[in-house]
Amino acid sequence: MLNNKRNALLFILSLLALAFPMAGAALDRTDISGLASEHVMERLKAIDKIARVGDSDALRLLKELQNSELLVTDTGQIVLENDDWNVIDAITLEMLDPQPDTYNTVIVNNRMRSQLESAVGVLQLLSDDREIRLTSAKSLRDNLSPSLLTFLNKALAQESDEEIGRILKESQSVILLDSPDEQERIDAVNYLTSSSERRVRELLVAKLEKNESGEFEEPSAEVRVAIEFAVTAIDRKLTFIDYFGRLFSGLSLGSILLLAAMGLAITYGLLGVINLAHGEMLMIGAYATYVTQQLFVNYLPNYFDLYVLAAIPMAFLSSAIIGVVLERSVIRWLYGRPLETLLATWGISLFLIQLVRQIFGAQNVEVSNPTWLSGGVEVWNIVMPLNRIAIIVFAALVLIGIWLLISQTRLGLFIRSVTQNRSMAACVGVNTAKVDMLAFGLGSGIAGLAGVALSQVGNVGPDLGQAYIIDSFMVVVLGGVGQLAGTVYAALGLGVFSKFIEPGVGAVLTKIIILVFIIAVIQKRPQGLFALKGRSVEG
Amino acid sequence: MQYQSNIEPLFSKLGWLGLITFAVLTLIVVPWMYLFIPDGGAFHISSYTVTLIGKIMCYCIVAVAMNLIWGYAGILSLGQGLFFALGGYSFGMYLMRQIGQDGQYQSDLPDFMVFLDWKEYPLHWLGTDSFLWAIVLVVLVPGVLAFVFGYFAFRSRIKGVYFSIITQALTYAFMLLFFRNETGFGGNNGFTDFKRILGYSLTDPTMRAALFGLSAFFLLLVLVLSRVLIKSKFGRILTAIRDSESRLMFCGYDPIRFKLFIWTLSAIICGIAGALYVPQVGIINPSEMSPANSIEIAVWVAVGGRGTILGPVIGAAAVNGAKSFFTQAFPEYWLFFLGLLFILVTLCLPFGIVGLFSKLKNKFKKIES
Repeated sequence: MLNNKRNALLFILSLLALAFPMAGAALDRTDISGLASEHVMERLKAIDKIARVGDSDALRLLKELQNSELLVTDTGQIVLENDDWNVIDAITLEMLDPQPDTYNTVIVNNRMRSQLESAVGVLQLLSDDREIRLTSAKSLRDNLSPSLLTFLNKALAQESDEEIGRILKESQSVILLDSPDEQERIDAVNYLTSSSERRVRELLVAKLEKNESGEFEEPSAEVRVAIEFAVTAIDRKLTFIDYFGRLFSGLSLGSILLLAAMGLAITYGLLGVINLAHGEMLMIGAYATYVTQQLFVNYLPNYFDLYVLAAIPMAFLSSAIIGVVLERSVIRWLYGRPLETLLATWGISLFLIQLVRQIFGAQNVEVSNPTWLSGGVEVWNIVMPLNRIAIIVFAALVLIGIWLLISQTRLGLFIRSVTQNRSMAACVGVNTAKVDMLAFGLGSGIAGLAGVALSQVGNVGPDLGQAYIIDSFMVVVLGGVGQLAGTVYAALGLGVFSKFIEPGVGAVLTKIIILVFIIAVIQKRPQGLFALKGRSVEG
Repeated sequence: MQYQSNIEPLFSKLGWLGLITFAVLTLIVVPWMYLFIPDGGAFHISSYTVTLIGKIMCYCIVAVAMNLIWGYAGILSLGQGLFFALGGYSFGMYLMRQIGQDGQYQSDLPDFMVFLDWKEYPLHWLGTDSFLWAIVLVVLVPGVLAFVFGYFAFRSRIKGVYFSIITQALTYAFMLLFFRNETGFGGNNGFTDFKRILGYSLTDPTMRAALFGLSAFFLLLVLVLSRVLIKSKFGRILTAIRDSESRLMFCGYDPIRFKLFIWTLSAIICGIAGALYVPQVGIINPSEMSPANSIEIAVWVAVGGRGTILGPVIGAAAVNGAKSFFTQAFPEYWLFFLGLLFILVTLCLPFGIVGLFSKLKNKFKKIES
């Protein structure tokens, strides 16, 4: 009879609703003495009694019972242990004198546990803490039943917070959909028009259907019209929310792709070599973040939240320095032989992966979000994680920085000139070898920045770079080289595009569709979507 | 092909001698030593060695195919590992059918399908119980994929690193696809637990020797075939594509057809190698398709010397020999070694081991004279 959670909830609530005026009457010892009983039914009854009292003491007591903190002495007194291991009375919290020799934990079986859970949930709706009330209102919304109506009306009358009030009102309206009074039903439907819950939509649609005897679930034609209107309104909102969610995750993916591909586009545009070790520059950036985090944990624990900011220059510099070293030691000997560069840089990437494995171990390392990057912002039932938002902002900032560097500085001028016409630039006195080196360092440094971003949303392990390298190449191939804009459009476009088709076809098929799409695009524009126009012919 | 050079013989005398020696060794001597010298005899060759050498010979075939496309036509394909695996999977389907009811679940279906609660074979398994159809698939699947992909890629003049990257992405996409259970290729675990071919047990020494001999035979065949191709006018055109494609186009040739032919041929050879590889190794799974494998194939060729006839065989054998040694002796240093090999070969040995030898030979001659 009370063997499931919902029934237990109904039971409690019906009692509670009746007992509501009584709430506030203090808890006394007889209310809880049943907990000491050997019989489950007695203990269940005691829980009901406590729930009926419904004040903060009752809530505390139920929670203690849930955590198995309540004890029972030989004399049947319900007691607690305080922090100093002294036994105190569960209601008065006074220390027992003399202290009892033996006591047992109050036994809580599964049946009691589910009843406790419901009782605690309902009592929390009357809590003074807004957060507790909010959680409780949300969990109530998932377990609605007609018997809750009276209770909801009362809770609603007390509620001052707008958001909680809205949730309660919505729950109330859902129940009122079954009201015998037609006007009440219309009001309920009208209120639900503003809902954006898929569940509410399903409920409303069910009302429009005919039952077995051929009658509409909703007898009144007027109410049915209102319901149809409400369903359309909710559908519109749901579609909008859905698209908004996809757009957000698409932008977030696109930002990561952008960060990963920007450096690649610069080095490929400038040197004509594909750096397969680019992914490992990401990895080095992520590990630099990890090292910074560990340094903060050990030396500056009070400023831990700021470690991400310190990690940004750390990651940039470590990746950039390794990039410059690689350019000087390996890659510059291979200019003009792009295919060999491909192989050599792959070798470098294998080497770096193994090196990191030797130093940090093959397991993933733990990089945690600082508090200001954990949690999320909820907009229209979509939780947007703060770290994802931060990545979008970060990518935009890096993009602006690179754009300023390329378009406003002397180094940027040199990079552009060498990209467009290497020999001409050399003729007018640009030190192309130096530009190559610096640009390679810059590209690697940007990859390091991408590594910081990645460390905040995913696992940091030796294989981190491998997962992103092919995708960032796709971005470069699609966007074309020589212009930052091409990379930006391609990265954000691919990110949003894949998130828009992913829910329908699955992640794997998405990758294949994107590959086919890119090949199709290249048929029309072999140099990428946004290639520089020029007359140079290779080979 | 009527322009085939008559002045130069196909192989030098030494070359023929080497080929014949290799043929005698692999087709007669090794199988004989394996089958007829009893275990414990001084010249007995163990099953392990025979399988290892057979496996390496399959890799050598792939390397020769890679050399055709990269060494001669200058197209660095990072999809050869995919074609190898596709050939392996095509033949693997037949091998799975041959298990019959001897699987764990004693069902007509392969174990993984029983596990997924499938009731019948999916459509693409149609006819795979026929050995002949399996052979056709081994050629057809990599061939058609390479042809279609190559047609679109070469038509839009994708070349150089772009082509490499696109083929790498193709390989990656296929790997993801084969990792899925729904595609009907056994997901993560792939195909394994093979029992027999044409009713003969796979663990039987005669069968092992036969597969070994077949691999050796195909390796010789592919070597001769690639030599014939390269010596012909077709081969000259390939080299011209590698060295200056634009100039060749201005001379009135259409490079697309030549590239497409050699690329498809190379894919088919890789597929055949995969089909020979799977019954010897006894397993095929999607990790064979990982982009890393395809790049490794390129390095075999680079180590041996690309654009030379023997280079890829030497490279594949050397690198894989080293791999077998390293992964047993110092597993954690294998990636260091492989990484350094990539770097050193591209930096210091642009023509690989073969190039190094001819260089030394030239120096020696100079000193003599």
